[in-house]
Amino acid sequence: MDLKKFFINQNSKKQLKILTCGSVDDGKSTLIGRLLFDSKSIYSDQISQTKFESEKYGTQGKEIDLALLIDGLQAEREQGITIDVAYRYFETEKCKFIIADTPGHQEYTRNMATGASNSDIGIVLIDATKGILDQTKRHTFILSLLGVNHIVIAVNKMDILNYDKINFDNIVQSFEKLSKNFNFLSKKYIPMSALIGDNVFSKSKKMPWYSDETLISTLESFDIDKSSIDEEFSMPIQWVNRSGSDFRGYSGTISSGKININDEIIVVSSGQKARVGKILTPDGNADFTYENQAVTISLDKEIDISRGDLITTDLDKIKIADQFSAYIIWMHKDNMLPERNYIFRFINSYINGKITNLEYKININSYEKIAAKSLELNDIAYCKIALSKATFFKSYTQNNQLGSFVIIDQFNNLTVGAGMIDFELRRSNNIIWHDMTIDKKKRSKLNSQKPCALWFTGLSGSGKSTIANILEQKLHQLTKRTYLLDGDNIRHGLNKDLGFTDVDRVENIRRVAEVSKLMTDAGLITLISFISPFKSERKMARDLFYDNEFIEIFVDTPIEECEKRDPKGLYKKARSGKLKNFTGIDSDYEIPLSPEIKLKTVSKNPEELADEILNYMKKNNII
Amino acid sequence: MTFNHLKKLESESIYIIREVVAEFKNPVMLYSIGKDSSVMLHLAIKAFAPNKIPFKLLHVDTTWKFKEMIKFRDQITKEHNLDLIVHINQEGVNYKVGPITHGSKTHTDIMKTQSLKQALNKYKFDAAFGGARRDEEKSRAKERIFSFRDTNHRWDPKNQKPELWNLFNTKISNNESVRIFPLSNWTEVDVWQYIYQENIPIVPLYFAAKRPVINREDMLIMVDDNRLEIKKDEKIEEKLIRFRTLGCYPLTAAVESKASNIEEIIIELLESKHSERQGRLIDSDQIGSMEIKKQDGYF
Repeated sequence: MDLKKFFINQNSKKQLKILTCGSVDDGKSTLIGRLLFDSKSIYSDQISQTKFESEKYGTQGKEIDLALLIDGLQAEREQGITIDVAYRYFETEKCKFIIADTPGHQEYTRNMATGASNSDIGIVLIDATKGILDQTKRHTFILSLLGVNHIVIAVNKMDILNYDKINFDNIVQSFEKLSKNFNFLSKKYIPMSALIGDNVFSKSKKMPWYSDETLISTLESFDIDKSSIDEEFSMPIQWVNRSGSDFRGYSGTISSGKININDEIIVVSSGQKARVGKILTPDGNADFTYENQAVTISLDKEIDISRGDLITTDLDKIKIADQFSAYIIWMHKDNMLPERNYIFRFINSYINGKITNLEYKININSYEKIAAKSLELNDIAYCKIALSKATFFKSYTQNNQLGSFVIIDQFNNLTVGAGMIDFELRRSNNIIWHDMTIDKKKRSKLNSQKPCALWFTGLSGSGKSTIANILEQKLHQLTKRTYLLDGDNIRHGLNKDLGFTDVDRVENIRRVAEVSKLMTDAGLITLISFISPFKSERKMARDLFYDNEFIEIFVDTPIEECEKRDPKGLYKKARSGKLKNFTGIDSDYEIPLSPEIKLKTVSKNPEELADEILNYMKKNNII
Repeated sequence: MTFNHLKKLESESIYIIREVVAEFKNPVMLYSIGKDSSVMLHLAIKAFAPNKIPFKLLHVDTTWKFKEMIKFRDQITKEHNLDLIVHINQEGVNYKVGPITHGSKTHTDIMKTQSLKQALNKYKFDAAFGGARRDEEKSRAKERIFSFRDTNHRWDPKNQKPELWNLFNTKISNNESVRIFPLSNWTEVDVWQYIYQENIPIVPLYFAAKRPVINREDMLIMVDDNRLEIKKDEKIEEKLIRFRTLGCYPLTAAVESKASNIEEIIIELLESKHSERQGRLIDSDQIGSMEIKKQDGYF
């Protein structure tokens, strides 16, 4: 072997990331097994291991089951299904391939989106004997949505149909019709048999009617690199490098364009300008650097830049907003509820925010837009998002690094969704917060009291309103100015349009939290008596206030006791099925883990419990 | 501009390493002295140049590593002025746990998996870099780059967080941790090619030399010290051998080879018909072996 030639060849290889998608039993694992096998990426010990397992779990009789090479986890080998995204590697003369293998089961759409987010090319597998299925439509949609612009439609299992051209032509025609809705940059159709190897690596002799390239040659020929070198220079700051020595540099991976020493850059958050001093690339100091490089840049003067910032050469190309519209994919079994707080992860920051408007959900089998109030696992929707502070971004179609985000649950840190930014909403810029001369401090002084929000939470019938009512009387006697917001009362007016579904409960609490914020701002001691069953919304309310201003009071009465009291006869109705979505019966109550005050009501009377709260307020210098 | 595949991999790994330093309070790099660790360390040095790498290295010493590995480890840490922690499971040492007396499963569990967990708990590391690659083994192929571990360091393969784009979810609660694999997308050939291109020093055991070995169950086991008991029907032979992967010496089989430099290793690799983990006896002690070890907290 000529080593010199080998290295020249190796160094000229490009990296291709591909995603295989198809329905259950379309032969995905078999295709990947074939690619690895024919590219000689499988070693003999792996083959003998697979032969051993084929005898145990295989579906190909005495033959080696190529799918078993791929299905990595023991549960999959036993059940014969693929349960998660797996990555495989093989190379040809021209390219190094990374394949994302994602399952075709309906419930695993999130895995496919995950694979697609990091792929250049999508292979849509179609079982020739079955034609286009709902899954095919779903996969095509996700590929398009995630910006996988190059696709191969691999019509598999041609061997079973005696390599019949008519079947292939029919599928091509149907797919053409289906894909009219999308803008793929390139689209190729290949008839093949992964099991036998026809048109995968070598041309099939059985299909003389097909004169185009094999799958591998087709993949190699795609021109996938969408260069942004002519665009403005932009780099999100990943880390400020200043540990120990005098050197201070800004590290990050360049998201677009090119930069030279001495060029002027602008910091997006502050508008400050500076010139590039040194450029440090993985290969050492350089005079210039460009997109996709992981570099460290020093500047000619000290300015304030930190992780979460972006430096650029053209501010006009960057959007900055705290509200935008986006497509999102929901990836968790707990439904997405509008107005609920989530953490949004962008390229170099985490920002709290919420989905304010769910514009529509997309039926990904028919591509219809459907009205929706919440999102379930695997739903795809178009919505408006509001963040607690502005961030920089571009639209996803323009730059997928600056236009994408993932959504994280604020309590368990799970990744619950992913999104692609469409465009910014500048609404917030037109509405400016006016600072008034008379503020909360002045009002409090006049009232000679510290305003605060006393938030009562607990099951229906737990005693919230009774205790709150007594407490308000006691405060009144102490000449404190108060107001009591009661769940039932508010539902007679402000919230009379809301029902008791999870979505409406979230909105109910949001409005009440905002009202109590205004009342506290007005200088009142506000008592809020609402079941408020979800920890997310209690946190949302808490986050509206300053520390020590929000006092969460958990009225802790066991459900059996509440049901015994049943002052309004609601438990009886709920048990007989006449009342739906009743907290504690068929709707959850999430117990507060660290309330400021916890009231055990069973052995004490409401009078004593109200005094407990008064004592807390005295101890904490509120009254 | 288009990068070749190696540049793309390099840039991706540097991004991952920086992301960990930016988001975690107390990261550590697990340094196993092997070729993958050498590449990972090299990338970390690049990621933070011209300053020192801002975290410590941890070597979990099973006390059964090849002598040359330990020598190399000390040499590298001195040369780059690295903060290295060496952790040994003292309890295991007290009970004289070893691969020969206790078998590979128990030895690996106590001296490697348990020991690693001890060290992570002791120093309260919330993030640990590992040099594992997805092409090594089937269950690794399904692991995330940021692989979440619960408070007992356990991996739950069926409940992994989806990983989209390069937006890694680094949020964890108290006492949970994350293992990070910056070399996830590298293949064995990529690693060797990078070592060659960047001139990265590696343990000499990777190069062929005459070394004393015995043939045990068709595996060539090197006689590194007198703890390896030679059975009656075995005899020590001097053979031209090298290692494709380095672990505990009685658990890592050598291959007969003439490859004495990196070019020759790459040629051998391309012509080879066996995967590198074949030399690892611990992978095949049961079906789904690596997956079970990983769930318990092994890398």
